[in-house]
Amino acid sequence: MPPGGGGPMKDCEYSQISTHSSSPMESPHKKKKIAARRKWEVFPGRNKFFCNGRIMMARQTGVFYLTLVLILVTSGLFFAFDCPYLAVKITPAIPVVGGILFFFVMGTLLRTSFSDPGVLPRATPDEAADLERQIDIANGTSSGGYRPPPRTKEVIINGQTVKLKYCFTCKIFRPPRASHCSLCDNCVERFDHHCPWVGNCVGKRNYRFFYMFILSLSFLTVFIFAFVITHVILRSQQTGFLNALKDSPASVLEAVVCFFSVWSIVGLSGFHTYLISSNQTTNEDIKGSWSNKRGKENYNPYSYGNIFTNCCVALCGPISPSLIDRRGYVQPDTPQPAAPSNGMAAYGATQSQSDMKKLSNKLLHRLKFKISASHEVSLLAVLRLAHISRDGFAKCDQDQCIQSTKFVLQAAATPLLQSEPSLTSDELHLPGKPGLGTPCASLTLGQPTPPSSMPNLTTEAGLTDILPLKEEHVGHQFLTPEEAPSPPRLLAGSPLAHSRTMHVLGLASQDSLHEDSVRGLVKLSSV
Amino acid sequence: MATEVHNLQELRRSASLATKVFVQRDYSDGTICQFQTKFPPELDSRIERQLFEETVKTLNSFYAEAEKIGGSSYLEGCLACATAYFIFLCMETHYEKVLKKISRYIQEQNEKIFAPRGLLLTDPVERGMRVIEISIYEDRCSSGSSSSGSSGSGSSSGGGGGAGAR
Repeated sequence: MPPGGGGPMKDCEYSQISTHSSSPMESPHKKKKIAARRKWEVFPGRNKFFCNGRIMMARQTGVFYLTLVLILVTSGLFFAFDCPYLAVKITPAIPVVGGILFFFVMGTLLRTSFSDPGVLPRATPDEAADLERQIDIANGTSSGGYRPPPRTKEVIINGQTVKLKYCFTCKIFRPPRASHCSLCDNCVERFDHHCPWVGNCVGKRNYRFFYMFILSLSFLTVFIFAFVITHVILRSQQTGFLNALKDSPASVLEAVVCFFSVWSIVGLSGFHTYLISSNQTTNEDIKGSWSNKRGKENYNPYSYGNIFTNCCVALCGPISPSLIDRRGYVQPDTPQPAAPSNGMAAYGATQSQSDMKKLSNKLLHRLKFKISASHEVSLLAVLRLAHISRDGFAKCDQDQCIQSTKFVLQAAATPLLQSEPSLTSDELHLPGKPGLGTPCASLTLGQPTPPSSMPNLTTEAGLTDILPLKEEHVGHQFLTPEEAPSPPRLLAGSPLAHSRTMHVLGLASQDSLHEDSVRGLVKLSSV
Repeated sequence: MATEVHNLQELRRSASLATKVFVQRDYSDGTICQFQTKFPPELDSRIERQLFEETVKTLNSFYAEAEKIGGSSYLEGCLACATAYFIFLCMETHYEKVLKKISRYIQEQNEKIFAPRGLLLTDPVERGMRVIEISIYEDRCSSGSSSSGSSGSGSSSGGGGGAGAR
């Protein structure tokens, strides 16, 4: 079960906060650590990142693996069972051409799935506020308590009136042809569609790879189908039809897979060829934005007039670089897309608010299985404070308030049951995303030493310093029960360190948890 | 003028950020990257209209050059496709080259024109190509920091009473 997308990323942030001191002096130290994080770790959309931000995919990748398996298995069977016969009987060019097609298909598939489709980064708080002001001036209203009608701007492009819509999640006016993908929770430029088969959105930056993928896949499918049929026919001329099928059972499987795929894939290629030649996106075609049925005056303002130019531009035009800078480092003073202020609270929850909502729901749930009276008291108090804090954000230093609330919620949410804690040192950034369990993700987390026995010393020493922190890790795991056990176990220290800390924790855990909650409550109440 | 030029670090240290102005994208020519040349009213007292418009127009021309569709871009696209896009491990795309040019230009403009007036341009690429962000600074210290085009410390917080520094 691969770990989820943006959720655990945010949860992993909590592990940075130490329960040792809840004083504000922790924040500059904390900020130094946060400054060392890469931007993909704090990305607000629902995407998964691998290889330290180099690879970017959507959250649900199950169907992508199915696509991979289908292609690999079918091609593998073809090369293993049909090609030897065909190479001898007809020509050795068959496996060669098949091989070239196969590599092209895999290359374009991986390129489509792993690249940034053209995600538009969310507006910084200053920009969002400025836009709000301008919209209010345009509407002639002050920020009201009710949600005003959807905001649109009209623009004339090439003689056609195009409506630009305001995106409430990203807080921007979407450029023409951009659309917000609800699955990935991002605005994507020149949004075509979200393709579950490639596990990613198809947008401006990866449309040509997608097109080449389906085109080459249709050639490959037709190729394999044709030669499998040829193979069976040639064999049955020698030994009879049923015997031929018995001799090469793989061919039957391949023929079935190819037969069912051919219709959809060839059809899709044809459809996208039409879209490219008329310079439309799937989105526009489905909505009929530029069709003649809407009106005689309706035409596509983006088309270059002739098919050849449209095709050239779509396939060979310049590729714009990724705007989200996944591997850059987060600067402490860089404006991050922040939680909305009170005035904009009506216009959609942000990630941090929805996270807190999730946490408080989990707390409420846990109340049903309360372990002790004191635990219950802390939970109740924390919940109440959390609700209060949410409204009070605008009045105080937002970031600190959010952090304190998070840490208190988390400390209170830590279960007292002995689930395996994940052993990490302070330096480790948990949000490594090795959903595929790839070594590159865990090794590139900035951990200088490999998971050998040496780091056990450091983790031990680190562990004694961060004993209470372990509760957070435990809590962190518990908070996301649907995930697989956390990857840092790959880098875990020795079992000795593990048991030692568990022993130290064991008896005192209840009291220290209680202590932490109380400390947190005191701090929050003084805010 | 050289002695009075604020360098950017000095500006950030000695000045406090007053407000930010955003120049939005201009979509009237389609999806190509272009910014509106309309002069924001907040900059009225800070910089000459013509200088500002010239900067924006130059930026627009850079972006047009980056996104230009013609022989060289087709060649680059075909070459890249033929090498399965591995060629981008060795060289950077034309677009990226132009973006580097743009950031050098913006830095130059900041040093020469905008910083002396207490303004700072942010590269649009850092804002997702949505806006040109112009930060307006006010000088906290009044000594030796006034230069001809800015209203200096006169417009510090507390209402515009002190604008008579000019």
